[in-house]
Amino acid sequence: MLDVIGLKSEEDLVSYLPADVRFDGRLAIPDGKSEYEIVDYFREQGARNASGYASFLGAGVYHHYRPVLVDTVVSRGEFLTSYTPYQAEISQGTLTSIYEFQTMVCQLTGMDVANASMYDGSSAVPEAAMMAVRITGRDKVLIARTVHPEYREVLHTCTQHQGIPVAEFEYTKSGTVDLDDLAAKLDNETAAVMVQSPNFFGIIEQIEELSSIVSRKGALLVVVFTEAVSLGLVRPPKEADIVVGELQSFAISPAYGGPYAGIIAAREKYIRQLPGRLVGETKDANGHRAFCLTLATREQHIRREKATSNICTNQALLALMATVFMSVYGRQGLRELAQQNLAKAHYLASKLDLQFDAPFFNEFVARTNGKTPEQINRELLDEKIVGGLPLGRYYPELENCVLLCATEMSRRQDMDRVAEAFAKETRA
Amino acid sequence: MIKKVSRHIVQNEPLLFELSSPGKVGYQLPELDVPEVSAEKVLGAEHVRDDIEDFPEVSEFEVLRHFSRLSTWNYAIDLGLYPLGSCTMKYNPRVNELVARTEGLAWAHPYQPEELSQGCMEVIAALEQALAEITGMDAVTLQPAAGAHGEFTGILMIRALLETRGNPRKKILVPDSAHGTNPATATAIGYSVENIKSNDRGMVDLAVLERAVTEDVAGLMITNPNTVGVFEENIRKICGILHDKGALVYMDGANMNALVGVARPGDFGIDVMHLNLHKTFSTPHGGGGPGSGAVAVAKVLTPFLPSPRLKRVNDRWSWNYDLPQSIGRVRAFYGNYGVLVRALAYIMAHGGNGLRQATLDALLNANYLRKLLEPHYEIAYKAPSMHECVFSDDRQAKKGIRTGDIAKRLIDYGFHPYTVSFPLIVRGALMIEPTETEPKRELDLFADAMISIAKEIEENPELVRNAPHSTRTPRVDEVTAARKPIVRWKPESKASLSPAAD
Amino acid sequence: MSYPESYKYTKEHEWVHIEGDRATIGITDHAQHELGDIVFVDLPKPGSAVTKGQTFGSVESVKAVSDIYAPVSGEVTEANELLAKTPEQLNSDPHGAAWLIKVKLSPSNSETDSLMSAADYQNYVGAE
Repeated sequence: MLDVIGLKSEEDLVSYLPADVRFDGRLAIPDGKSEYEIVDYFREQGARNASGYASFLGAGVYHHYRPVLVDTVVSRGEFLTSYTPYQAEISQGTLTSIYEFQTMVCQLTGMDVANASMYDGSSAVPEAAMMAVRITGRDKVLIARTVHPEYREVLHTCTQHQGIPVAEFEYTKSGTVDLDDLAAKLDNETAAVMVQSPNFFGIIEQIEELSSIVSRKGALLVVVFTEAVSLGLVRPPKEADIVVGELQSFAISPAYGGPYAGIIAAREKYIRQLPGRLVGETKDANGHRAFCLTLATREQHIRREKATSNICTNQALLALMATVFMSVYGRQGLRELAQQNLAKAHYLASKLDLQFDAPFFNEFVARTNGKTPEQINRELLDEKIVGGLPLGRYYPELENCVLLCATEMSRRQDMDRVAEAFAKETRA
Repeated sequence: MIKKVSRHIVQNEPLLFELSSPGKVGYQLPELDVPEVSAEKVLGAEHVRDDIEDFPEVSEFEVLRHFSRLSTWNYAIDLGLYPLGSCTMKYNPRVNELVARTEGLAWAHPYQPEELSQGCMEVIAALEQALAEITGMDAVTLQPAAGAHGEFTGILMIRALLETRGNPRKKILVPDSAHGTNPATATAIGYSVENIKSNDRGMVDLAVLERAVTEDVAGLMITNPNTVGVFEENIRKICGILHDKGALVYMDGANMNALVGVARPGDFGIDVMHLNLHKTFSTPHGGGGPGSGAVAVAKVLTPFLPSPRLKRVNDRWSWNYDLPQSIGRVRAFYGNYGVLVRALAYIMAHGGNGLRQATLDALLNANYLRKLLEPHYEIAYKAPSMHECVFSDDRQAKKGIRTGDIAKRLIDYGFHPYTVSFPLIVRGALMIEPTETEPKRELDLFADAMISIAKEIEENPELVRNAPHSTRTPRVDEVTAARKPIVRWKPESKASLSPAAD
Repeated sequence: MSYPESYKYTKEHEWVHIEGDRATIGITDHAQHELGDIVFVDLPKPGSAVTKGQTFGSVESVKAVSDIYAPVSGEVTEANELLAKTPEQLNSDPHGAAWLIKVKLSPSNSETDSLMSAADYQNYVGAE
């Protein structure tokens, strides 16, 4: 090969670089390791983590069982090692599965159109806000304090230089959004009102009522969700204008925070304002049904500085995991799964002192009554249980509260132990 | 001889919704160990949904078959050369997939106590350190989810720094050869975009640049090697011009596969850059994601890195949220962790020397292909190629055949097309990046195919114009798809269903 | 396709047909040909203002999007609703049924001098 190019050694290729930029040193990275050593290293790191603990953490990331089929499908090289399906003739596998994904997201959320997925739930939030700004021609965004705190942070980071003022509104003693505070802050410049349901406290919001308040002022209602399993049982937010959320619950490993798959779905009339990739149905030259990426002119590679978003990739492989998960559970299974989550969470909640009284799905806020959340969690760790999330860091007014989550994977005996830890006197 | 890509036993797989039969299930849940509750009672009837209409009802085996069949309609690196320029489609080592599924890592909750997350944090720290070493930069954030997200993070930091100096400035300069994400990113952070024309060698024109850099310019976004596969030979001067006016230089690291171990952006004046871990560091593209857009910064930008940052306290890792100058979070949690694990595994497998060798092999493969194809296709710029080579369809266009047609014809020969019509500064571009993991035999087969197509264009252009001929799906009607978008299945569409080819 | 003599043309490939204080605006046959199959047309709402030399909408093909620049200033009185449902009309009849907008010219509109005649425009696109 070198002969063909006309070089003596591979080192000569480096001469293509100007002399003043060449790196002549050695990278301070240890020599290459064997496969066995690599596996061993990561096993060791894994073992230093919380292996073998029961967990009652939720807060945007949920422990649900992952059907075996999910990894079987996504491990197929044809899905794993292909690129974005630009060449429709040899990408029908990915395109068809994305079309199924878009359809299922619509069926679940009650929306008309959904894109091929977003980075994650948090980054979908500013995308929805900017979409509402484009649609309404207004610039203000109101977001409920009951939306995931990190999602709100991402919204602030991403909108700060876009001329989009973001304000937050309060929650009530019941744990739902404060409609009076919303009404006071909502005005004719508001582009979007963003709420989460089930909200960060696990509580289900009144979407219909919110929608009528918001639409009366000509703003758009954006509904966020983090626990996709809730959609198996809880009424979908079909009065919303835009729905964004996180599908981690659908067979995507918690994996210390990512990669996950976000969604954005909306009413049909907003289709051209959707960010990201979109797959559409069409016909091939033989007249048979085929799929292709469509409405690409919204995207950055064509519209450059005028694009609807700078997002390039979707999360195709994770969307595929979610698609397989939804197919395996299906119409009946998703409901039954949600029922189990509901039953487990309400079993645990029945043994604790709750902060809020509004209906909740599989997460709820419990008061610690005299102990600190840290004391309780410390005691639970000794029993190989990871307790709930202490809320003080995100909500100073809830410093003696813990956000707990129970899923179909929570065992009764572990829940009983959690209840005991809340009940018993602090060790000296 | 045409090697058929098609290997489909079943040409005719319906959608899941069309496969469904009422009552069929593919799951089994364990028996509930707590009392059942009535959803209507605990949630209120108004909060309980109706049935999920038209949701799939299929058996487990049908799910497996369905997706296995769909998979056979895809091309993939596992099947052959995937020479998409600027996408770095290299082999995705399978050990990376295994280690990413290590139980203690894959099941780690981002909010589990730090004392029970030390392994996860160690992996993040190790990768940050390796990437800082490879780029010659001071610090790395692994939070951004993909390249464009990394660009966003980097430009946000530039803005934050300039704001502390009293003026965020107004403009970002972008060469006309840049990826479309660059201008889109600058706009998203409130900057206007000024395009910088390339010179006749495909590089940034220093005179044009010098005139453009005023006190209004916040920074330059540059890709290096640039999108024509050429190293910007004046990169040090370019950085100097920007720095002299108090502006910063952002490097789009999409083409870092050409530089690892042979040149370090931090050494030649770059202030901030992103790395596509799904390109250079071999994590699988997965049909369009997930990726990871790690961002490396020079010292001057470290106070502005996204929150939180790892810190070492008493021999333990912990997350530091006390970062007054940070731009904040760009996403929830700590980044696409599963992708980070794979990238670290890749770096460990190669080691410092192996990474450098991979770069040399990538340069070798690209230049080898360039030499084989140069007699048949017009090279866009004479300057030496790095890890990819860019041709134009000038010669073929005379016969009425454009780059898009050649790309489709390549499919008949069993290859994925190269990147078509990009960069925009090359008329009818063919952008070819073989990567280091391709064996010579595959490169030769690819060159043979390209040369054969060049001959076909001379002798029988119609054959090329109507390609592909051998796929299950011939060319699709993208125009109708865009005019009348149908982006979800509905039961009505059953009526219009026509069976696929046999 | 012929270029009507009664129209005026711009370098950005729009045409304008002025009748009194009213004008009809479209894109030229040359423009639609360059764009290829048109899939979407984005037009301003009646009542909005257009300014000579500024963009007022865009035309999209599958892989390209082009801004449309106003050849004159005025207030939009009508946007061609036909194009929302059948954008392909713009490929078949750009100088007729597929006009884009009608405007009421602003009083200050003495700015039509810089526009080209049909003959000049045909020379221009021939030379481009």
